[in-house]
Amino acid sequence: MKRRLFMKGTIAGGTIGVALSAGLLTPRVVLAAWPKAVMESKNMMNTGVSTSSIKLDMPEIAENGAVVPITIDASGVEGKVESISVLAAANGTPLAATYNFKQKALAFVSTRLKMSKTGDVYGVVKTATGTFYTKAQIKVTIGGCGG
Amino acid sequence: MAKRAVKLRAKERDGVIDIKCLLSHPMETGLRKDKKSGKIIPKHFIQNVIAEVNGELFMQADINSTISKNPYLRIKVEGSKGDKVTVTWTDNMGVSGSSTEPSK
Repeated sequence: MKRRLFMKGTIAGGTIGVALSAGLLTPRVVLAAWPKAVMESKNMMNTGVSTSSIKLDMPEIAENGAVVPITIDASGVEGKVESISVLAAANGTPLAATYNFKQKALAFVSTRLKMSKTGDVYGVVKTATGTFYTKAQIKVTIGGCGG
Repeated sequence: MAKRAVKLRAKERDGVIDIKCLLSHPMETGLRKDKKSGKIIPKHFIQNVIAEVNGELFMQADINSTISKNPYLRIKVEGSKGDKVTVTWTDNMGVSGSSTEPSK
């Protein structure tokens, strides 16, 4: 059953084009277990309000889409940061990762991303008062998602 | 797994531990095909990463297959020298890896 589901998923992922809809909201409750529905969603999650207090550090041009280094520093955001999410709008599944922070953690994360093609990368920060985002475009010369 | 599952380095400065780690993992998206057989390589990627300092959880991450292979992760936490930092990952096939290092 698991395998069947998986095959279905891959076929769908390979044939359906990328549906870009930054404005489309898909509010879902984030569970403790791996949030499959959110992670495999082909739409963008709710990115909230644009802000300049989140610092995104990444290359303007990524020569290799398989490894795109990104750094998100949300220490400038007011209030306690609950989570930081990384989204690449042009990817088949935009949501790359969500980092949930507890008491002592600082609102900072740095990782590497795969990007299929040129597109905006969003840093989405959730605090007790709301959701905020900063975005920047990364130009990709070689895609990194295979297929 | 031949290599160490997690390469971990933690360094304290001004009350903040800077943690850099490399998780050894193929991170297959399930979209790639094997060039020889033409078969799709099954999805195999890290889904969950947790980070603890002295046994206290401070970061839990949900990871998708769009994170690069052998994921790099850098996070920061309040703490002092000698605090034990643990990073653990679990993938979609139930495999997990972990590493603990004292902060320098």
